[in-house]
Amino acid sequence: METKDLPGAPAAGEPAEGAQLSVADVAKVAAQARLRLTDEELAKLSGQLSDILRMAAELKALDTEGVEPTAHGLPVYNVLRDDAVVPSMTQDTVLSGAPEKQDGYFKVPRILEEG
Amino acid sequence: MALHDLTAHELRQQLDSGELSSQELTKALLERIEELNGTLNAYITVTAEQALEQARAYDEARARGEATAPLGGIPVALKDNLVTRGVRTTAASRILENWVPPYDATVVERLKAAGAPSLGKTNMDEFAMGGSTETSAFGVARNPWDPGRVPGGSSGGSAIAVAAGMAVWSLGSDTGGSIRQPAAYCGIVGMKPTYGRVSRYGLIAFASSLDQIGPLTRDVTDCALALNLICGFDPRDSTSVSLEVPDFTKALVAEPKGLRVGIHKDYFDQPMDADVRAALERALKVLEDNGAVLKEVSLPSTRYAIHVYYLIAPAEASSNLARFDGVRYGLRVPGADVPRMMEETRSRGFGAEVKRRIILGTYVLSAGHYDAYYKKASQVRTLMRQEFERAFADVDVLVAPTTASTAFRLGEKTENPLEMYMTDYFTIPVNLAGLPALSMPCGVDKDGMPIGLQIIGPPFGEDKVLKAAYTYEQLAWPTGAGRHWRAGREVAVDVR
Repeated sequence: METKDLPGAPAAGEPAEGAQLSVADVAKVAAQARLRLTDEELAKLSGQLSDILRMAAELKALDTEGVEPTAHGLPVYNVLRDDAVVPSMTQDTVLSGAPEKQDGYFKVPRILEEG
Repeated sequence: MALHDLTAHELRQQLDSGELSSQELTKALLERIEELNGTLNAYITVTAEQALEQARAYDEARARGEATAPLGGIPVALKDNLVTRGVRTTAASRILENWVPPYDATVVERLKAAGAPSLGKTNMDEFAMGGSTETSAFGVARNPWDPGRVPGGSSGGSAIAVAAGMAVWSLGSDTGGSIRQPAAYCGIVGMKPTYGRVSRYGLIAFASSLDQIGPLTRDVTDCALALNLICGFDPRDSTSVSLEVPDFTKALVAEPKGLRVGIHKDYFDQPMDADVRAALERALKVLEDNGAVLKEVSLPSTRYAIHVYYLIAPAEASSNLARFDGVRYGLRVPGADVPRMMEETRSRGFGAEVKRRIILGTYVLSAGHYDAYYKKASQVRTLMRQEFERAFADVDVLVAPTTASTAFRLGEKTENPLEMYMTDYFTIPVNLAGLPALSMPCGVDKDGMPIGLQIIGPPFGEDKVLKAAYTYEQLAWPTGAGRHWRAGREVAVDVR
């Protein structure tokens, strides 16, 4: 689908440059996010994500020189509270949903290769 | 009129006069759920026993004269991304299929304290990522007006429950339109409050700078009652604002004279179903004929809202969803070592839409791309906020479409993410700017499907939104609030 056919896209004729994400790029980013995808999923995503990034590149048309970025909609920048001790969940409660636990700890498979 | 047809404030009178008990009401709604959930799939989990127990406790408290909350005893449905102590909370994802949270969200605590029985957890798009409730790992949900169509999303189940009489009211969450769009598609009232008005503590995070919890109800009065219950500062959410919360029922005044209504011309220039356009124009004319003043406002950067949203929301999501790694709670799929265990868990636990957004978000946040995408989007977000600020210097509220069309058919947009994303064109700017906005019914199209009217207010101007909404409701539904959605719904459900 051409993004220019959609509501919200700038008028046709503007440069619609944007990153083209290859299958290898998608596989690399997926690995960084600890996701494994089938070849079919990779191919599909490379097309879909390229479409989205091509649309995103249209933002270049807007002049944002010197504009402060907005992190969220509120004019709140720092929040402080009293440094007071308050009750928190017990160790048992915190561990109640753990897939595996032992001696009051979360248990995971080995991290280090055997030497 | 059947119990499941009544609004919360109508039921309040029956509960107060003693002609109805919360237990009778809760039983009637549970029967309705039993009857319809197989078709509509509004609930992922029904908590019948808990609801009846809460209703019994409420009835006893009322008999002692201790129950005073306006929504006490009135059963509610909760979107399944609001964590509930002891009740499984899935976010409609396999990765949380069997998770039983050890704590309650702040809004859930407030509902419990008021004595509102919770009927269960409603279906949604997985992790609230979607606009049709088709990405749920627990099956698609269906629109009660026409089961061949989507209910909208991501709070689809919460909208169905209220529209089809499977709950009196419900809570959803809105990150890019996820309360307002399903409310529009299902012919009910849905409101996203100002960012910071309602604590997000215990809302499973999707995009933290955009997420907000809000109510779905059968009319504007119920919406005000629900806001009174859920709004307010919470020290456990550092973005909840310590502003005094007014009594929102005081805003329920029908006064069209002098109401300054802003019209954003670009919104009405967009491609839109003819019936939707006609319904909006009728609504505006009703307001104008009764003394409201329509004014054009300028919001040029809202044309880029979708672009900004689909950079910021996936970026935040990729960070928020990093916590689902098979270590502390939720699904674990075994692997030879920790990285392989995490990869197996996340690859099997997340659905396609969630993976797509995590990968997109990881990419736009990565070194070398951050300035071009995330920073640029955050700057455009500033422009948008400033434009809304200027617009609200001249008008009380903006009136806009909620969606360009009525509910689409199941499967119609699942293959093309961009097309699905575009359904949020009119709702997303509100989240980016952190504004309050409500969707309410303003007619039906030629197929009898409901059309939504969106009313947008300035930050912390929920009272202005409610006043405009109540005014329109009283003008447009002269035979009584809610008549409109009642007109077609029973027929639609029975046609299944």
